[in-house]
Amino acid sequence: MDFLAKIYITLKESVLDPQGTAVTHALHTLHYRTVSDVRVGKYMEVTLSAASTEEASTLIRGMCDDLLTNPVIEKYTYELVEA
Amino acid sequence: MKCAVIQFPGSNCDVDALKAIEETTSQPVDLVWHTARDLSSYDLIVVPGGFSYGDYLRAGAIAKFAPAMKEVEKAAADGRFVLGICNGFQVLTESGLLEGALRRNDSLQFRCEMTELVVANHHTAFTRHYAVGERIVIPIAHGEGNYYADEQTLKKLKKHGQIVFRYAKEHNPNGSVDDIAGIVNERGNVLGMMPHPERAIHSRLGSADGRRLFTSILEVWGETHAAIQS
Repeated sequence: MDFLAKIYITLKESVLDPQGTAVTHALHTLHYRTVSDVRVGKYMEVTLSAASTEEASTLIRGMCDDLLTNPVIEKYTYELVEA
Repeated sequence: MKCAVIQFPGSNCDVDALKAIEETTSQPVDLVWHTARDLSSYDLIVVPGGFSYGDYLRAGAIAKFAPAMKEVEKAAADGRFVLGICNGFQVLTESGLLEGALRRNDSLQFRCEMTELVVANHHTAFTRHYAVGERIVIPIAHGEGNYYADEQTLKKLKKHGQIVFRYAKEHNPNGSVDDIAGIVNERGNVLGMMPHPERAIHSRLGSADGRRLFTSILEVWGETHAAIQS
């Protein structure tokens, strides 16, 4: 089966996000005054083949831990859909 | 002392490192490609600055899978010397040889300037020719040098004297926690630092303060080597 994994990577809460801070300031300058915080992350789409949803899930977690994220500063969530 | 400087696609401080080692220690240095599968004969391996693999994904994230990095891990495990400068430091943290991570500078700017460092530990193989608390001038050139470690890791680094260089208090250029500019592993044979000592080996370059880092390594290597022979 073919799967599409939608992976969302963000900095851990404990890690300051200077990009997010800069974007927050820019939004305030544009008068979006109700914005209290912005966190900038990454979004990836990985297409893969696997025998089952469980196997695809295991593979995606492996990829995230090995390469796609740095667990020292980042965390991730993902959605898996049959492609 | 046999030295190697690894070249990744995108390295750009490799030749500077080679020339600096030759100039300061008169020891033989080879440039080795990232595909090298045997670096067992080298006493010092330098992971140089630059933008390995275009810094794609994260700085250093893809370089850690290069065959030569397996050899760097072996060197570290053997107690041989490993020096990661700038992108090399990022590669060493990504590969887990050093703790923590390097984030985007808090200013979001690429900073290229001379910086004042304070030597925090002079009892390492890389810093014995400096005095503790000594202020030295070494240039930086990076956009992602903002060192991060969680509280627990930071405590451990302090406890084991692993923080080797700090930016002078009022001159932290990137937002690094505890003003950290360079750290060693617990064993003390792997150093990662954002500033470029290889660019500070002659007063004509603006500073000669980087020379003693290389002469320190040579002296320590010489002592170990002599001890083995006797």
